[in-house]
Amino acid sequence: MKFSTETMLVGLAAFLALLGAGFAADQPFRQHAYVLFVVLALATIFLMRRIDFSGDKMIPLRADRPAGGSGEAAGARPSAAGGGGSVAYMDDVVRYGVIATVFWGIIGFLVGVLIASQLAWPDLNLQPYLNFGRLRPLHTSAVIFAFGGNALIATSFYVVQRTCRARLFGGNLAWFVFWGYQLFIVMAATGYVLGITEGREYAEPEWYVDLWLTIVWVAYLVVFLGTLVRRKEPHIYVANWFYLSFIVTIAMLHVVNNLSMPVSFLGAKSYSAFSGVQDALTQWWYGHNAVGFFLTAGFLGMMYYFVPKQANRPVYSYRLSIIHFWALIFLYIWAGPHHLHYTALPDWAQTLGMVFSIMLWMPSWGGMINGLMTLSGAWDKLRTDPVLRMMVISIAFYGMSTFEGPMMSIKSVNSLSHYTDWTIGHVHSGALGWVGMISFGAVYHLTPKLWQRERLYSLRLVNWHFWLATLGIVVYAAVMWVSGIMQGLMWREYGEDGYLVYSFAETVAAMHPYYVMRMLGGAMYLAGALIMAFNVYKTIRGDIRREVPMGGTQTLQPAE
Amino acid sequence: MDFEYQAMRTFADSWGLVAMALFFLCAVGFVLRPGARRAADEAAAIPLKED
Repeated sequence: MKFSTETMLVGLAAFLALLGAGFAADQPFRQHAYVLFVVLALATIFLMRRIDFSGDKMIPLRADRPAGGSGEAAGARPSAAGGGGSVAYMDDVVRYGVIATVFWGIIGFLVGVLIASQLAWPDLNLQPYLNFGRLRPLHTSAVIFAFGGNALIATSFYVVQRTCRARLFGGNLAWFVFWGYQLFIVMAATGYVLGITEGREYAEPEWYVDLWLTIVWVAYLVVFLGTLVRRKEPHIYVANWFYLSFIVTIAMLHVVNNLSMPVSFLGAKSYSAFSGVQDALTQWWYGHNAVGFFLTAGFLGMMYYFVPKQANRPVYSYRLSIIHFWALIFLYIWAGPHHLHYTALPDWAQTLGMVFSIMLWMPSWGGMINGLMTLSGAWDKLRTDPVLRMMVISIAFYGMSTFEGPMMSIKSVNSLSHYTDWTIGHVHSGALGWVGMISFGAVYHLTPKLWQRERLYSLRLVNWHFWLATLGIVVYAAVMWVSGIMQGLMWREYGEDGYLVYSFAETVAAMHPYYVMRMLGGAMYLAGALIMAFNVYKTIRGDIRREVPMGGTQTLQPAE
Repeated sequence: MDFEYQAMRTFADSWGLVAMALFFLCAVGFVLRPGARRAADEAAAIPLKED
């Protein structure tokens, strides 16, 4: 393969990064530009080592070479397309994506356990680079955008090819999307540690990183749409509808929420185009739709492909899935104001957010029922297939958190729950339970297929992962319910003299035991992910563990 | 470009709302139209065709 143009562009970008460091307007930008320079310089060296110098356009080496047979050396790898054989799918980028998903997942969970420990034991705040304030966005971005984003990009590339029976559009553009996205992750993460932040929740990266993500995201849209256009299947399968709505909406949210004016062309600081309550509403319009379209619609696309595949049955009701789609996208976009109950936001807007959040319960449960009922008539597979079990528990958590969310958006409930740990517990039952578990299921489904293995290295280890993760979430969510409700009740407790009974520091002290237990729940979840990484590694290597099949070897009793 | 706030929101909570609600109802009606079951069953089988 020839990457000469790409190599030159990356090398040039590295040089520009060095110039950026040299002419930086402020110290954080200088440090960040040096980080970018090192990353791009390493990428250039790596790419140069991959350039194939044996092609016709190269000046031949002095030693005489036999004619022909030189250009094909690195290029044509046998197509990885399974079964059908008619279309050569582009699966290398999906393989990289699966590995990146596992890698970033572990980083994100690890940082999560670390910041949970920092809350329990404040001495663990290592100033200034590794304090809670800097690591918290690192954790949220790592799990949402690095782990979740890579899972979405990889599976969307896999699913759109299979369901359209077409190769990815745009050739190496898919590689640009993958590596460009990794660069975004690295720049975002290093920026947080250096203290560079816009202070917008789930959209912390500064303006130049935002611009880069916009470019990558447009390329992603081009690859996905182009593949849909060249499809050989007349119908666009519903999973692709969800993936496409995820890509389009995230583009819109990202651009509007990050409208800002940099202080300097080579400076790290920028100011939002909005101010006051408009800024707050824009932020939560973005924030809640990131939940709705990144963490829900995208992963529903995953569910609508991988659950039917793993169960080997078509989705329970295809028409329900279409109604699920339209209802979800029409309702979700209005739900954001429920993050701003009892603030300066106009009352009617708060009520609007609450009403739409409650209405969202219906399509969410329609989708949950659709996912679960796909197994009707095949429930016995749960006994023998821990991967399917993982997908089913993820749908169960989807149902649970989409019930809890609308309930918490009711103003009177929110007056107790808001700003407490209950919110954190709710987010994690959705993120660890729904997003995490469906992604693990997809990774376990994809790994043997992508590397042409007979099966996973060990299904027993998947079972271990399943139980560690499930119990970890249960511990986490239950502890956060208790501590959050306790915290909310303590905050609002009045004495007979009309004064608040507890000081804020007293509520913090009361939560210490729960913080410790929460950290343990997270550690269990992390342990499960480490088991997955080992299992995936062994599967890729081609090892198979000899083990008693799941569900034992029961003999059927004859009917009497 | 002169977007007057009151005019915008009045449009949004009247014709805009009606248009979106109608679009949604049409989408649902189209999905549930007579004879859609066969097309839906075909579409549902797409993932199972390939490996």
